[in-house]
Amino acid sequence: MAVVFRRTKGLTEKETHYCPGCTHGIIHRLVGEVLEELDIIGEAIGVAPVGCSVLACEYFNCDMHVAAHGRAPAVATGIKRVLPENVVFTYQGDGDLAAIGTAEIVHAAHRGEKITTIFVNNTIYGMTGGQMAPTTLIGQKATTAPEGRKEELAGKPIKMSELLATIDGAAFVERVSVHNVANIRKAKKAIKKAFETQLAGEGFSIVEVLSTCPTNWGLAPPKAMEWLEENMIPYYPLGNLRRPEGGK
Amino acid sequence: MTKVLMKGNEALGAAAIRAGCKYFFGYPITPQSELPEFMARELPKIGGVFLQAESEVAAINMIYGAAGAGERVLTSSSSLGVALKQEGISYIASAELPCVIINISRGGPGLGNIQPSQSDYYMVTRGGGNGDYRHPVYAPARVQEAVDLTMEAFNVADCYRTPVIVQGDGMLGQMMEPVEFSEPKKRKLPPKDWATTGTGNKRKPNIVSSMFLGTQALEEHNWKLDRKYKEIEKNEVMYEMYRMKDAEIVLVAYGTTSRVVKNAIETLRQEGIKAGLIRPITIWPYPNRAFDEIPESAKAILTVEMSTGQMIDDVRIANEGRLPVHFYGRTGGMVPTPDAVVAKTKEILGGVK
Repeated sequence: MAVVFRRTKGLTEKETHYCPGCTHGIIHRLVGEVLEELDIIGEAIGVAPVGCSVLACEYFNCDMHVAAHGRAPAVATGIKRVLPENVVFTYQGDGDLAAIGTAEIVHAAHRGEKITTIFVNNTIYGMTGGQMAPTTLIGQKATTAPEGRKEELAGKPIKMSELLATIDGAAFVERVSVHNVANIRKAKKAIKKAFETQLAGEGFSIVEVLSTCPTNWGLAPPKAMEWLEENMIPYYPLGNLRRPEGGK
Repeated sequence: MTKVLMKGNEALGAAAIRAGCKYFFGYPITPQSELPEFMARELPKIGGVFLQAESEVAAINMIYGAAGAGERVLTSSSSLGVALKQEGISYIASAELPCVIINISRGGPGLGNIQPSQSDYYMVTRGGGNGDYRHPVYAPARVQEAVDLTMEAFNVADCYRTPVIVQGDGMLGQMMEPVEFSEPKKRKLPPKDWATTGTGNKRKPNIVSSMFLGTQALEEHNWKLDRKYKEIEKNEVMYEMYRMKDAEIVLVAYGTTSRVVKNAIETLRQEGIKAGLIRPITIWPYPNRAFDEIPESAKAILTVEMSTGQMIDDVRIANEGRLPVHFYGRTGGMVPTPDAVVAKTKEILGGVK
């Protein structure tokens, strides 16, 4: 019988702890498939963040290092500078990357560190139970914004990809989404391109992946996908923001 | 080997390179900046990497990554910068990675000033970060000793898989003294088979982590760390007993202050007062056993520090209530004078006659 689907070798066989309908599973699989297709599982060293995806250290089938909250780009820098021939990536959420870890991600990009960052933006702190993130949309409710995010109190949501795309060391910056099959395909292409940017030694690469959090949004998974499309994409437009010169 | 005249901060860097350290991550801060500057000049010559981080927090987390990748790594800073590094030091201790951190301390609290101080004693000996952990802390008094202990620190770090702090102060970092570089005693070092170097598709993934979500798992981990710390306490204590055989008063001081105290002891002895010194070289593990060797002739202990009194807690613990413990300290970047130590000693002995 023909095999129509199999687990990627880029992931371990461990069952994930993610909530039903959470898109971390899809994004993990895309990264795992890219590691496998580029034949870099054996060279890869991943850095897990603090947040829901801290347990990514047990799901990616390569060497893994669990960083302190927000510090994954610094940890990845330490690894890559010692092992320049290896492939080093971070996998970070929006609380991790866009709040406590802003200095580390900005300066990793600024130095043009030859690492790849997978930035999962679901506009909320998931692991700690649904607090407001810098990425939370105006009016979006969170446990620390019970009446919804107010601009006068918390400012507008931060657009990390746009910010990072202003930095010369950031060779590849793209925002994608995984709310439907067509976008999942595009997301995989972007993730592959990001790793290829690292392999070519062209500088820092990051893919921001718009993601859902059905549990903390209080929405059923299909509704969460719709909410992402209707609310997140207008504020966080999809597309490439930066690619290496001469790149396609 | 011939001696060379070197500034403390540069000698520390040279010692690290001699010990096989090729990677340095740090952030500028007075009075230790000559150390990263030295590394910036020297490391590229040997194929190493010097990287100036965006903050001390980032620097220690780069150390966390580089140590996890299995290389000998160094960071250095001063007092408030080392305070910022405590997050990473706690992670590194828990993840059981070897690295060396040099603290050339200055006056605090807060921004304080850039003069020498010993007011980081609590921070470096109590574990300034969160959780149940310890790490060895060496407190050299001379540039030569700083060189020797830095080289030893890398071996101890690898041997026990632990961060190690070399604790100096602005005086040690800025002074020039003749030094020579000799090999530290050989140790049997365990292989770094835990390092994240890529599986090469030949082994199961290595995971460097300080996360133990189960309570039982974390308790087991913490007791395992504790057993290691007990082993370090048993094997790695270092101290100097100076003119102690007939001492009627025991002074206790480490680092720069111990040099002042030695001068004071000369003066006191010339005047017929038998003073001796216990000089802790490791301030963790603390040389408690030195206090068991205090002769019967001793009537009192005087702790001298460049702080308002921090090591005195360890002196009291080690003394176990046997002798009265007195204190003399200067702080804020002030260095005690030998005359002031002499005067304080006489005052105490007047009181205990």
